[in-house]
Amino acid sequence: MRSFGAALIKDLLLQWRGRAQIVAIFTFGAAALLLFSFAIGPDSLALRQHSAGFLWLALLLASTLSLAESFEREVEEQALEGLLLLPAGPRGLYYGKAIANWAQLALLGAALVPVMVVLYDAGTPRLAPLLGVILLGTAGLSAPGTLYAAMTAQARARQTLLPLLLFPLVVPVLLAAVKATSLLILGDPMGQVRPWVTLLVAFDLIHWSLCGLLFDRVVED
Amino acid sequence: MTGLSGRAPGAFVALGVTLLLVGSYWGLAVAPSEVFMGDVQRIMYVHVPTAWNAMLVLSFAFVCALFFLFNNAWKWDNRLEAALEMGVVLSLLLCMQGAIWAKPTWGVWWDWDPRLTTTAVMVFAFGGILALRAFVDDPVKRAVWSAVACIVAYVDVPIVYFSVKWWNSLHQMQSTPETVSSAFHWPLRINALAIMFLCAGLVALPARVADLRLRSEMAPPLPVGRLVPAGTPLPGGAQ
Repeated sequence: MRSFGAALIKDLLLQWRGRAQIVAIFTFGAAALLLFSFAIGPDSLALRQHSAGFLWLALLLASTLSLAESFEREVEEQALEGLLLLPAGPRGLYYGKAIANWAQLALLGAALVPVMVVLYDAGTPRLAPLLGVILLGTAGLSAPGTLYAAMTAQARARQTLLPLLLFPLVVPVLLAAVKATSLLILGDPMGQVRPWVTLLVAFDLIHWSLCGLLFDRVVED
Repeated sequence: MTGLSGRAPGAFVALGVTLLLVGSYWGLAVAPSEVFMGDVQRIMYVHVPTAWNAMLVLSFAFVCALFFLFNNAWKWDNRLEAALEMGVVLSLLLCMQGAIWAKPTWGVWWDWDPRLTTTAVMVFAFGGILALRAFVDDPVKRAVWSAVACIVAYVDVPIVYFSVKWWNSLHQMQSTPETVSSAFHWPLRINALAIMFLCAGLVALPARVADLRLRSEMAPPLPVGRLVPAGTPLPGGAQ
């Protein structure tokens, strides 16, 4: 438990010191949101209808950058080997990094919401549920993303491999998060948000426990 | 060690091809055509057995991944690689056969139906693991990582299926011997058995290839240059 706390603090500190990187990734996400609107055309109704999908696609694309970065740092100068020599299990290391990545992605998601509202006129008064969906969705991206980033950071062609492995896996997250966000923005007369949120919670529970179990084997030598 | 030894895989492939010919002839020429869909429906005789076997092979890959992580025997890694390749090929075939059937029946090549979409996701998820294997040079890391990725992907498939099912529901019941007329049973069963034999042979053979490649990767490097018989005096009098 203490090793988990130390790993979490280390990763949050690293992210804080490298905050220029987070700003750059946010700019990438905002640029993606801008580009999506060119693909649809200046039809404000269609843009509003698709705004949730665009938000999550931008977040998904940006997440591969931030997830990859979190492990490339460890691979440089063999920092990971040093960490594994410490008398602390790799599990604490995994959860520390996964939660730090989650925090960064959730922050990114929350920061992209105002951009979406301005560009697509997709405001919603239900900000707290929206934030909850962003938290659950980014948790679903972060758990498998951190596991796969640990592998791909040490492989060749890492820029291609991470999205290739991660995107098919997070299809349920994308579906559920887009549906829930869309219902929050466009209105939810049938009360359909709840099953999608349940799906997100189930995905998160399964992947946070499974990936934590398997991480030991990924980093062992 | 790759399980099936000697000529067994070759015999399985030959048996599979023979049975596939028999089953397909039966399905195409002997069995009656379906009342509503006509001859288009005959693609079922390869489509449904492909679906069953794709599930079977990918489940076998999952079992191989579990076994490898528990006892670290290389034979499970070799089988994992072969089963993943076969599973991706079968899933891809499944998508293509489905599209060929869907065009005349539904009027579109593709539909966002749960089974179709899940199969497409499976192609990418397990194909990505094959890509990972191609880009990792260390055999130990390659084996462990692909086993881990295979377990995560396999656990993910049912979640993908249910999420897509909720997202868009429109489909007919899946075909099993209970839901199709009894005249269609035999070609279906023969083809299912045929593809199963083909799979067994075509998993065992690549597993053997993977085993040989692994041996050459693990073996100490051969001496560089020309091999000379012992005792030959080297130029310059060096020993």
